[in-house]
Amino acid sequence: MNFLFDDDQHALRDAAKKLLLNKATLDGLHKDMDGGVAYNKELWDIMSENGYQGIGIPEEFGGAGMGYLNQVVVAEELGYSFAHTPYTSSIVGAAEAILQAGSDDQKHKYLPQLASGELIGTIAYYEQSGRYDAAGIETKESGGKLTGKKMPVIDATIAGIAVVAAQGSKGLSLYIVDLKQSGVEITALKSMEMLRASSVVTLNGAEAELLGEEGKGAELLETLTSRMAIFIAFEQIGGATRCMEDARDYSLERYIFGKPLGTYQAIKHRISDMFMRNELARSNCYFGAWALESSEGDIAEAAALARSTAAEAFEFAAQENLQVHGGIGFTWAEDCHIFVKRMRHLDALIGGRLVWRERLYKILESKAA
Amino acid sequence: MDFNDTPEEAAFRAEVRGWLDANATRIDPNETGSYEMFSENDGDDVVKQAQAWQAKKADAGWACITWPKEYGGRGGTIMENIIFSQEERNYHTPQNIFGIGLGMAGPTVMAHGTPEQKAKYLPSLLRGERIWCQLFSEPAAGSDLAGLTTRAERDGDDWIINGQKVWTSGAHYSKTGIIVTRSDFNAPKHKGLTYFIVDMEAEGVDVRPIKQMTGGANFNEVFFTNVRIPDADRLDEVGNGWAVSITTLMNERMSIGSGFALGPDRIFEEFNRLAQNTYVDGIPAVENHAVRAKIAELYSRMKAMELTSNRVLSSISQGKAPGTESAVIKLAMGALNQEIAAFGMELQGNLGTEHGPQSVFNNGLFQEVYLGIPAMRIAGGSDEVQRNVIAERELGIPQETRVDKGIPFKDIPSAASR
Repeated sequence: MNFLFDDDQHALRDAAKKLLLNKATLDGLHKDMDGGVAYNKELWDIMSENGYQGIGIPEEFGGAGMGYLNQVVVAEELGYSFAHTPYTSSIVGAAEAILQAGSDDQKHKYLPQLASGELIGTIAYYEQSGRYDAAGIETKESGGKLTGKKMPVIDATIAGIAVVAAQGSKGLSLYIVDLKQSGVEITALKSMEMLRASSVVTLNGAEAELLGEEGKGAELLETLTSRMAIFIAFEQIGGATRCMEDARDYSLERYIFGKPLGTYQAIKHRISDMFMRNELARSNCYFGAWALESSEGDIAEAAALARSTAAEAFEFAAQENLQVHGGIGFTWAEDCHIFVKRMRHLDALIGGRLVWRERLYKILESKAA
Repeated sequence: MDFNDTPEEAAFRAEVRGWLDANATRIDPNETGSYEMFSENDGDDVVKQAQAWQAKKADAGWACITWPKEYGGRGGTIMENIIFSQEERNYHTPQNIFGIGLGMAGPTVMAHGTPEQKAKYLPSLLRGERIWCQLFSEPAAGSDLAGLTTRAERDGDDWIINGQKVWTSGAHYSKTGIIVTRSDFNAPKHKGLTYFIVDMEAEGVDVRPIKQMTGGANFNEVFFTNVRIPDADRLDEVGNGWAVSITTLMNERMSIGSGFALGPDRIFEEFNRLAQNTYVDGIPAVENHAVRAKIAELYSRMKAMELTSNRVLSSISQGKAPGTESAVIKLAMGALNQEIAAFGMELQGNLGTEHGPQSVFNNGLFQEVYLGIPAMRIAGGSDEVQRNVIAERELGIPQETRVDKGIPFKDIPSAASR
């Protein structure tokens, strides 16, 4: 038994952290936000050169085939750096969906381009009902064409394809849609998280190719969102770690009543609580990583565990980091608000804690019966 | 990362299981066991049963798997020890009353004792023949342990001890104790301490039970009046008692943190059964989404605790210095158990304060936990101490400004000097 990452994975982490912090500076994020820049293309290209997008994608489909344990390390460091990239949409969302549900032809067609970063993909599952379940999806397929409205779709303005959920003749199904066709209309939405461009994607009889078995969309969505949840939990725990460190650093720099802010137990104990929550959630994330890697663990249970605890830890760390900063934390110029907004964004992406706790209860209940 | 056993670990686990099957009864997963956290029953029969089980384990080489063979151990690995504990938990075994001896006193003697002390004390400690207690806290020295005032004065080949210790678990059935005393009141606080092994049956040792909020009396106050300890029972140098105490306390945090009285699976089973049989506003609790979300949350937090403990064990077995994860577990465990117990009691409605095995629901489990848990948040370093440990050792945040450093102990302000 070994419940820890190995030395190679730690080396990957160190390299990823160095690269990302160098290219995804917080100053840069502020500039991108103010300038309405969709993503950090320079960083995305450097990530491609270093093979980060394709780390977990099998070699036969153009990736490095290094497995999920390495891929979650990258996800965590992207979370830590708050990097302004479409990794979550393109790799965790679209590429993983095609890898799990696609035909051999589809995998050969799309995965190499996604792995190299030249093609950006995204997912368009949910709609204006705000529901995360299959019944909330009204977009319809008819004769291989989709009609309906998807929102919010992240990174739609920069993506070439989207994996879309729609009601087909045999029930809910998944499709791959080329976003650059005339039947697709993309309208920007205003989002709190300005670093993950959000849009309404209107499908007006858009051409679509079926992904996975027709009518199996609900089951596929459950599988795919579980797998996403584990990666996103790593992203969340990366972000939560950054918030804790930011609070710690500020508490050492800032003097109050003649000594560092962090020496007051009212402050230091709060930072210890951030660390505590982060480390406990991190353990559930590791369990998720192992479930993905070994494919023998219960991925759905591990995902629900990781998702609900990492979301909770990130919320606490992001909000309390801002509080530790005092007034400056509420300003646009500081980083605290970027952390808070990303935290909320990741929480909303595939369902918040209420959704995942209910999923967890159902899983445990059926195991107990 | 590999959550599964290696082939060697699997073989060892099979061997352990074989021995346990032959020597103990496996717990039926469907039985509702009660949970006695601070058992009111620790009379002679409990002590005798515990000693018999410990001796049986010692004879078969399972008593202290990581200890050297010369003291009766197995000379095994930390991972083997973990595997044995994981398996032993699945069997009905007597209450373990040797935690302080095996988990704290033994490692301290091994780290600081002379060869004679090790040979004299470790074998009987390991077999459970002599039960040990820990005499650290005093009425005016708890979290601030180094503020203790029990006095040790040299007299020929002996030391004479006078003072009072408190919160001493198991002192009433212990034959031996580890005690930290002040041998120099003129030295700075942490420099004037000396550590001894004390015979609890020596003249002048007076053990008085303290009745707890559970109704039981498992810990004691212990008075020392002119108690003689031979200098041969001093552990490490005169004045080096603080360093020895730290060894004990580090081991204490490990052993308290790794105790999983109620694992995640048990938590879910107990709550799920309870929610099927209780109601919220006329609707079965198990159909109430606030109830389901809360149970799922408590389960996921307890699962995180178990998985974090696994990380700590991996660190140790790989020879890495463990970080502060054990402080994290200790800190989180108390509050989590308190929430678990309170929520269980809330679900039980007007029966929520029924106490004891005749209770309608869960054999009184949640009430037992609820009453016992405040001790867990205080013993072995309170929540507040753990938060300081994390902030100062892990995160590099400085201590609060202190007024007790670098001056003779006798000049430090105290309630007595006010």
